[in-house]
Amino acid sequence: MSRTVLEMNDVTMQFGGVVAVDSFSMHVDEGEIVSLIGPNGAGKTTAFNVITGVYPPTNGNVFFNGEKIIENHPRGKMKKLYAGKDNGKYTGHLEPTPDMITKLGIARTFQNIRLWKSQTVFDNVLIAKHLRRTSNVFSATFRLNMAEEKRQREETAELLNILGLYDVRNNNCTSLPYGLQRRLEIARALATKPSLLLLDEPAAGMNPQETIDLTNFVGKIRDDFKLTVCMIEHHMDLVMNISDRIYVLNFGALISKGTPAQVQADPVVISAYLGEDENA
Amino acid sequence: MEKEKKKDLIISLAVIAAVYAIVAVLEAVLPRTSMLFTVLKKGSIYALVAVSMNLLNGFTGLFSLGQAGFMLLGAYTYAIFTIPVEQRAAVYQYFDGGIIQFSLPVFLGIILAGVVAAFFAYLIGLPVLKLKSDYLAIATLGFAEIIRALFQWDKLGGLTNGSNLLRRFPVFKSTLFPMTVAGICIAIIVMLINSTYGRAFKAIRDDDVAAEAMGINLAHHKRLAFTISSFFAGISGALLAMFQTTVQAAQFKSAMTYEILLIVVIGGIGSVSGSVISSFLFIACSEWWLRFLDNADTYIGSFHVPLLRPGFRKVVFSIVIMAIVLLYQRGIMGDKEFSISGIRKKIAARKAAKAKKKEGTK
Repeated sequence: MSRTVLEMNDVTMQFGGVVAVDSFSMHVDEGEIVSLIGPNGAGKTTAFNVITGVYPPTNGNVFFNGEKIIENHPRGKMKKLYAGKDNGKYTGHLEPTPDMITKLGIARTFQNIRLWKSQTVFDNVLIAKHLRRTSNVFSATFRLNMAEEKRQREETAELLNILGLYDVRNNNCTSLPYGLQRRLEIARALATKPSLLLLDEPAAGMNPQETIDLTNFVGKIRDDFKLTVCMIEHHMDLVMNISDRIYVLNFGALISKGTPAQVQADPVVISAYLGEDENA
Repeated sequence: MEKEKKKDLIISLAVIAAVYAIVAVLEAVLPRTSMLFTVLKKGSIYALVAVSMNLLNGFTGLFSLGQAGFMLLGAYTYAIFTIPVEQRAAVYQYFDGGIIQFSLPVFLGIILAGVVAAFFAYLIGLPVLKLKSDYLAIATLGFAEIIRALFQWDKLGGLTNGSNLLRRFPVFKSTLFPMTVAGICIAIIVMLINSTYGRAFKAIRDDDVAAEAMGINLAHHKRLAFTISSFFAGISGALLAMFQTTVQAAQFKSAMTYEILLIVVIGGIGSVSGSVISSFLFIACSEWWLRFLDNADTYIGSFHVPLLRPGFRKVVFSIVIMAIVLLYQRGIMGDKEFSISGIRKKIAARKAAKAKKKEGTK
């Protein structure tokens, strides 16, 4: 039994009257690749946004490496609106900003690529090293941190080498083809030295060949960087190939979970994806 | 690569040293009242404040319009603390000689001007930096206006001399003084921009959601940029006070901020050298080169040139600015920098192109 890295308990995210995520619980063990799947609008990205501190959840908590990092309970207007069954179970309030979460070791990529567009490939990765700095603004300005600066540059070069982006390091990041931009986003996330990597639709917009490459790539970085990976994906062949376990969401609620084979055979999942046969 | 970098650095430093030497020689040769020195003095002061504004608007993506307010704080701080003790009775004639009865050396006065502006920026930044784009601009503009009104309030007269002038503080005579101070400050800003913090600022400008997700603390970095920018605006305020020899709050209107914004936009948002070049051009045009347009009695031979009259300069100036903005939509420099290595690369590229052409004709 390996260690649990990420644990979400009864996480509910409500926007006014819309319940984006409804009492969702999941856990991710060390070294696993866990996928979140579900139709559009199922609340997968919202779940990621809760984990990374973009939204404070309406209810529930999140543990990372056994430490509680996020907790909230319905307050104010949400108290009246909220109809969750675990109301009152959670009493604490812990609402870190995304940068604090990243510092703990959770890095993410975005569904719609969000690179720093005016920067080169190299600088995109180098900037992500900023959070592990020891210099302050004074020592950085007056170049008293040359050793650290040099180390950061070496690490960046090494990372780009591993991910096969070293040859294009001086290009502007927007000049890269789509697949490489996705890969650069992963490189940037890895530069923050995470132990848990959240990938939000890494294969979106990719052709079949690029998707196959990505499958191998995700497995490779998991092994090389000793990562735990949690990802959202729509490409079923990719998901079924590399996932250790799968959670299926629909309308914010968990409808199925288990190994790829179990999920594939689950009639609830099939009906959610293909629609119910009215004649049956 | 490293060697070339070193070479470029040495050449750049040599060029800067040559500029200073030329100015020093010119100062010895030309009469002191020459317009050239006015332009150089005011130009270098505006260059500093334009670069400090560019640090915020161009590199961190915070659209702030409080620059005149921070310059005012710097100018007043410098003036208040450096007026010689024996002159205070004369300056603060309506306020019993003022409440401060000591004076600081010039150097400390300039530093303090920056520190006071930075301190106020920090306080203002706490609530205001939560706002985005236009709202931030309005809030900072409001702050600048409040400061201007506050410094004219006669209840504070013991400190600010109410709406009267502050004068008789030490001023500079040589053009080299503002050029040196501004040069050092701009060099520090450039070093900041090229450091890991500068890269973080640019990340916030490009995409703040991604920046935050990559562990860059937005609130902290925005406040940092705002405070540092205001520090240098304060110093340029002190220099402006020395240049004008008097300080009055009424001068620091929002029109002044717009002038600086204009310089930044014309120079290129996100280009330090662009801001510097355009501030000298701006000051030269508005103070010197277009002066002849204000002379109503201009004759070419016996032909009386029509239209020229006092104020016509401003019409032409506005047209020139519109033309520049139309022709260079991203400013003179865009977001590029003027550098020795850039020139070297261009020359190399041209040589390569020429060689290719030769090969083609063979």
